[in-house]
Amino acid sequence: MDKTILPLHVTDLAFSAGGTNLIDGISFALEAGPRTIVLGPNGAGKSLLLRLCHGLIAPSSGEVTWAGANESRGGSDPARRQAMVFQRPVMLRRSVSANVEYALGLRGVSKNARQAQIDEVLSRTGLQRFARTPARVLSFGEQQKLALARAWALNPQVLFLDEPTASLDPAGTRAVEQIIAAIQSGGTKIIMTTHDLGQARRLGDEILFLHQGKLIEKTEAQSFFERPASNLGQAFLNGDLLW
Amino acid sequence: MSDFAAAFSSAVSLIVGLDAGLAEIVLLSLRISLSAVFIATLIGLPLGAATAIFRFPGRMGIVVVLNALMGLPPVVVGLIVYLLLSRAGPFGVLGLLFTPTAMIIAQAVLIFPIIAALTRQVVEDLWEEYSEQLQSLGATPARAMPTLLWDARFSLLTSILAGFGRASAEVGAVMIVGGNIDHVTRVMTTAIALEVSKGDLALALGLGMILIALSLGVTGAAFVIREAARG
Amino acid sequence: MVKKRTFQALLIGLVAVMPLASTSVAADKFITIASTTSTANSGLFDAILPVFEEKTGIEPRVIAVGTGQAIRQAKNGDADVLFVHHRASEDAFVSEGFGVKRFDVMYNDFLIAGPKSDPAKVHGLKDVVASMRKIAEGQKPFVSRGDDSGTHKKELGLWKKTGIDVKSQSGTWYRESGSGMGGTLNTAAGMNAYVLADRGTWLSFKNRGDLVVQIEGDPRLFNPYGVILVDPKRHPHVKAELGQMFIDWIISPEGQRLIGEFTIDGKGLFVPNAKG
Repeated sequence: MDKTILPLHVTDLAFSAGGTNLIDGISFALEAGPRTIVLGPNGAGKSLLLRLCHGLIAPSSGEVTWAGANESRGGSDPARRQAMVFQRPVMLRRSVSANVEYALGLRGVSKNARQAQIDEVLSRTGLQRFARTPARVLSFGEQQKLALARAWALNPQVLFLDEPTASLDPAGTRAVEQIIAAIQSGGTKIIMTTHDLGQARRLGDEILFLHQGKLIEKTEAQSFFERPASNLGQAFLNGDLLW
Repeated sequence: MSDFAAAFSSAVSLIVGLDAGLAEIVLLSLRISLSAVFIATLIGLPLGAATAIFRFPGRMGIVVVLNALMGLPPVVVGLIVYLLLSRAGPFGVLGLLFTPTAMIIAQAVLIFPIIAALTRQVVEDLWEEYSEQLQSLGATPARAMPTLLWDARFSLLTSILAGFGRASAEVGAVMIVGGNIDHVTRVMTTAIALEVSKGDLALALGLGMILIALSLGVTGAAFVIREAARG
Repeated sequence: MVKKRTFQALLIGLVAVMPLASTSVAADKFITIASTTSTANSGLFDAILPVFEEKTGIEPRVIAVGTGQAIRQAKNGDADVLFVHHRASEDAFVSEGFGVKRFDVMYNDFLIAGPKSDPAKVHGLKDVVASMRKIAEGQKPFVSRGDDSGTHKKELGLWKKTGIDVKSQSGTWYRESGSGMGGTLNTAAGMNAYVLADRGTWLSFKNRGDLVVQIEGDPRLFNPYGVILVDPKRHPHVKAELGQMFIDWIISPEGQRLIGEFTIDGKGLFVPNAKG
């Protein structure tokens, strides 16, 4: 059994580019369990924060510390027990099942063990009938489901999702949300960004509210939506905060 | 106009008559150009991909040089290879001058910048699209290289074909390093040059038509392979 | 993946087929002869070398380039035997230590071809120097090899006797093509110009256009050939023994007879003149 990498501790995280502080001194801790939604207007730094936590980008200062991992750089471990799904799915030029197999191969899963895992995630995401189809031929929504299936096959402890349904229609959005729920019920921690308040209400257990690179609020979802502690939060819920 | 008619009929009679000399020249031409493409691809593909993916000091310089080398004049390449392989030169002991091997070397040198530069462009574009997702899945840039090359296979095939075209069409380099020796280093292009120098323009044109047909054949075959694999 | 396997199969197939496409059985015994385009284009080598190969089992590989380049290659040691037609250069080659000894082999002659209309009015004149002076003074188009070849040096030698500086006229009526004999004849035919050519190339040339022979027979148009073994003391890898066998053969009665019997369209071309 893998040692857990949670809780995640983010300390004084900062990132600047071109002279601007895009992430400005953010600190928080995330435990296993609750679905964390990162909320905020455009340009708040939500996507950037996810990428910093996942290890795709190095911070200008501050630390991202995972528990239980013993690599250099204060316990960072991007790929082993985490996965990420992006707003636009990136599929390799091969079949649906080959795309999942590629990820398993990177993880060092033995050839014999792969097929069973591929079959399982494909059937759980409703893609089984497309197993031999070239992934690029699938519709956008189906490709996003495939991205989820691929991430799921890795059995991540943490799943980051960056606006996963922003480009989908309502049916596609619902399908994706169902899959996310299923992944979470398997024990994976969900950390997701969205600008869709309805989605945040539906899915969120706790909210990280960002504005212009700063963490304004970290609260339990229900209290954020009923009575946000900050004026900015209230303005955002009213639809007054455009950026 | 009569030259064209004469050319066409001489080409036809050569082919129909299964002229043994022609077959020998055609097979040698194919062998040399395909070998050169093979070697150039072996070196150029990874070089282009590595330049696309890794960041290192001097990278921009390499990109500029590779792009510029695409325009290498074949006769200059031939001259340089000649000087290297000549008995008076550094690699003279190998005794490679005036052999098909020297011609393969010259053509490989000529076309590997094409393949490397085009590979770099294709892989760089793909890497921009893929890098976040591949990193997220746990692929290091080095591990991503074969993945990108495979995913770009159709575009890469086109650049390899471009290399083959350049190799099989050139005459300057192979003339200098090969010497156009009958039965040994005479290929389609040098044979054409020879017939022109003898004033037998009809035969030269006929051979030229055959060369073009050959090129069409190889390109067509690649196209068929590509479509079959795509389906 | 099926598609990957198709690719791999094709690749393997291609690589497997390539050795089959090799040229004729590689002759272990071969010599490299640096000679000139004019000699090769005449067809002499195609006619007589197979006899040598049949008799000795040695494959003679001829590199046909301009005289200057042939000498260069021999000096570099890229050839075993030098077979050109410029006495001064050949003697220098030996005296500078690159060659062992020069032997007379044969001679043919040069001619001046020109447009049938003969604008310089030189047809049939016996004095080649006077004819060339007329061409120059009339500024009639003349195409030169311009490539440091034996033919080119011959031509320059003749111009020197006219006292006219043709180099300064280059680009006007005097045009330097920088090509082999065939290329130069192509250019001259295309421009309807006068041109100095060796008889061998001329007789077998198929693109004469409007050109005909205008001047021939002047002894100054003689073109002697010499054969020299590249000195193995200078280049140890040179196939001295095999090369000497070739030289011995070409100056032997048999070789000389074959040279004399070689014709183009029934016309004799080379006069064998090896001594003893």
